[in-house]
Amino acid sequence: MFMIEKALVGGRRYWGWALGLFVVVAAGLYCYSRQLSYGLGITGMSRNVTWGLYIGQFTFLVGVAASAVMVVLPYYLHNHKEFARMAILGEFLAISAVSMCVLFIFVDMGQPARVLNVLLYPTPHSMMFWDMVSLGGYLVLNAVIALVTLSAERKGVAPPGWIRPVILLSIPWAISIHTVTAFLYSGLPGRSFWLTAILAPRFLASAFASGPALLILLCILLRKLTGYDVGSSAISTLAVIVTYAMVINAFFVLMELFTSFYSQIPSSIEHFQILYTGIPGGALLLLVLGRISLAFMAVALLLLLIPKFRRNERMLVVACVVTFVSLWIDKGVCLVVGGFMPSPLGAITRYVPTLPEIMISVAVWALGALMITVFYKIALTVREGGRTLAVGHGTTPLPLAK
Amino acid sequence: MKMTRKRFLEIGGVSLIAVAAKKVVGALGNEATARSSAPATRWAMVIDSAKCHKKDGCTDCISACNKTHNVPVIKDSLHEVKWIWKEPFENVFPSQNNPYIEVALQNKPVMVFCNHCDSPPCVRVCPTQATWKREDGIVMMDWHRCIGCRYCVAACPYGSRSFNWFDPRPYITTLNADFPTRTKGVVEKCNFCEERLALGQPPACVAACPEKALVFGNLAVPRSEVRQLLQSRYTIRRRPELGTEPNLFYSV
Amino acid sequence: MRDRGVIYTGLLIFLGLITFPVWHDLAAGTTSRGPEPVLPTQEKQCVAPREFMRTSHMHLLMDWRDAVVRHNEHSFKAFNGKTYSMRLAGTCLASGCHTNKADFCDRCHNYAAVSVTCWDCHVDPKLTRPASGGASAAVAEASRFPVPEAERGQGARAIAGQTPALQGAK
Repeated sequence: MFMIEKALVGGRRYWGWALGLFVVVAAGLYCYSRQLSYGLGITGMSRNVTWGLYIGQFTFLVGVAASAVMVVLPYYLHNHKEFARMAILGEFLAISAVSMCVLFIFVDMGQPARVLNVLLYPTPHSMMFWDMVSLGGYLVLNAVIALVTLSAERKGVAPPGWIRPVILLSIPWAISIHTVTAFLYSGLPGRSFWLTAILAPRFLASAFASGPALLILLCILLRKLTGYDVGSSAISTLAVIVTYAMVINAFFVLMELFTSFYSQIPSSIEHFQILYTGIPGGALLLLVLGRISLAFMAVALLLLLIPKFRRNERMLVVACVVTFVSLWIDKGVCLVVGGFMPSPLGAITRYVPTLPEIMISVAVWALGALMITVFYKIALTVREGGRTLAVGHGTTPLPLAK
Repeated sequence: MKMTRKRFLEIGGVSLIAVAAKKVVGALGNEATARSSAPATRWAMVIDSAKCHKKDGCTDCISACNKTHNVPVIKDSLHEVKWIWKEPFENVFPSQNNPYIEVALQNKPVMVFCNHCDSPPCVRVCPTQATWKREDGIVMMDWHRCIGCRYCVAACPYGSRSFNWFDPRPYITTLNADFPTRTKGVVEKCNFCEERLALGQPPACVAACPEKALVFGNLAVPRSEVRQLLQSRYTIRRRPELGTEPNLFYSV
Repeated sequence: MRDRGVIYTGLLIFLGLITFPVWHDLAAGTTSRGPEPVLPTQEKQCVAPREFMRTSHMHLLMDWRDAVVRHNEHSFKAFNGKTYSMRLAGTCLASGCHTNKADFCDRCHNYAAVSVTCWDCHVDPKLTRPASGGASAAVAEASRFPVPEAERGQGARAIAGQTPALQGAK
């Protein structure tokens, strides 16, 4: 069932990696138990900055989860055969990312034992309710898709016809999970940094840059570790997608900066001053991170836009790393923490994540890495069976690309 | 017709959708009807700044509130819990401020607490209805249901809400057995002393103020003290442009 | 069967472990003892019949909680026509009733290994009552009698004005 047995067979490198991740997860569990008994005061969050690293990571990872659509859309909707060997990897990345999202929300709860209250007392006017529904649904959707397609492949048959509408459903659903997450922020009248219509488009653009960038890195890593090659054309197409998304994201950022700085409205400018230009009494950590994020974005654009660099695999790796880090800082820290500065009463309260908080976050990432390791092991083991991938979906069978 | 697996799944699926739809429509409908009926009670408060400033350094209302509701006194400002407190004028009314504002307003603090808005963003965002707007206008909190997500804290444009970052009991100076404390992991705020209102008493801060600067009453009654005060002088509210319709009026 | 010895030894160890709760309690002399909650001496009738309270006091408390907090209802009409104010510390733990949480509530809860979270927030009145009588007697007296809706203002005012101070909770 679920072909788990395929993940239990591996070499020393595989087991060393898995066990290392287990240790990290165990350390995080210990920190979490301390957080449970003491309270969230163990983190660096405060009365004025009530969301921090946990919610920031959740926001970023929803984007990574949604980005699977950038592979699913061309492959399943437009029969772009290049992505044949990559699609399953994208789906597994989505499952791991959504699981990490759910975990990050869970560790951020003040009363985690009561989290089911969200389902027991459904509240349609709350965006957080819809976020839970859409994330849960997306997880189930991708799990079903991955399981069915991989099982079919293992048996050497085409997947059942009903999986195609399910796959097509995952496309708008992917867009919706990130839009709903953006709605968490962009509907709050008191937070001027977030109260902008461009927040959801910005989220999507940065998601479609950071997610596929990570996927490219994972594919190259897989090839180096296992010899499983998704194909250079798949990687180069995905790199083009990352480029376009990054350009659009940079454009959106410039739009935000123009509206704020040209209108000179204090409540609008202040956040960007805290993040990028610096103001007296401002938070140093946020200023440093904001500037790094912008600088990395510029470097990433340079490397991605120039074809000579983008087509060179080594430069592409650098470009993807820089893209990912830039957007991780921007969405994972600056966006969430920046929205709380200044507070509704004008105070700028410094936020520095504490060690337990960082450890718990790292442990959630480790758990996600563990999940993706297991998933990829299963997928690759099935594929290495040498069977031809006969993907029906009511269209012509697609052979396994060599 | 013979029951097949396919038919069973079809019936099950349709039933599930029907049940879910009913719940959703019901929830949406409830919100609509609640707003359409005219209120018999609309609690509000008018704060007379001139009277409040008469006694320098007075914190009687804050002490009364803290004592009545077991509000912990946490010195660490990062994790403090406060229901009512003082803020400088320019922080409370940033859009009313100017560089040449009268000295009296510059140097005297303003009392701030939950505005019990008519259109509260905190209620809109709460995923479990742990906070909701009562028919009499009070924005209530149910500490049994709160999951501590702090979405309401993010949503409040006034910074009125506090989260319990750890167990507050060690920081409670005077334990009042008539009112529960809160536990770590839930959000709290001023509740307009709804438990005292149920007994026909005024809010603790109103009763404690030596200058009678806090005037509490029912906006739905045309001749109430609050209505008369509001009609007789100019009052401002915090960030009215946001459409929250606060029920805390400041006469400056 | 070459491994007979190992198998029998293993079985014996297993039996010993699985019957641990039985022989441990026998040795400690606690098996025959059930929970022994101390019943109130003054009041003989609770807000609901004894059997109902035994099986469903949690349901009653949940109903009271939702009624008071979510529906702003404070008055409870009991099965015998009496009216009570729906309060955990103020009514259940009132003077004359279950005044000692440790001797009543905790006895059964500890026996059944039930950990309730009520006391994380709700205050056990014993924590605020000084050892001697005095002010607390008036407090106790006021909260002991079921208070009808119309008269609630009087009684409550007496309680509110006489809450003794506690020097630091821990």
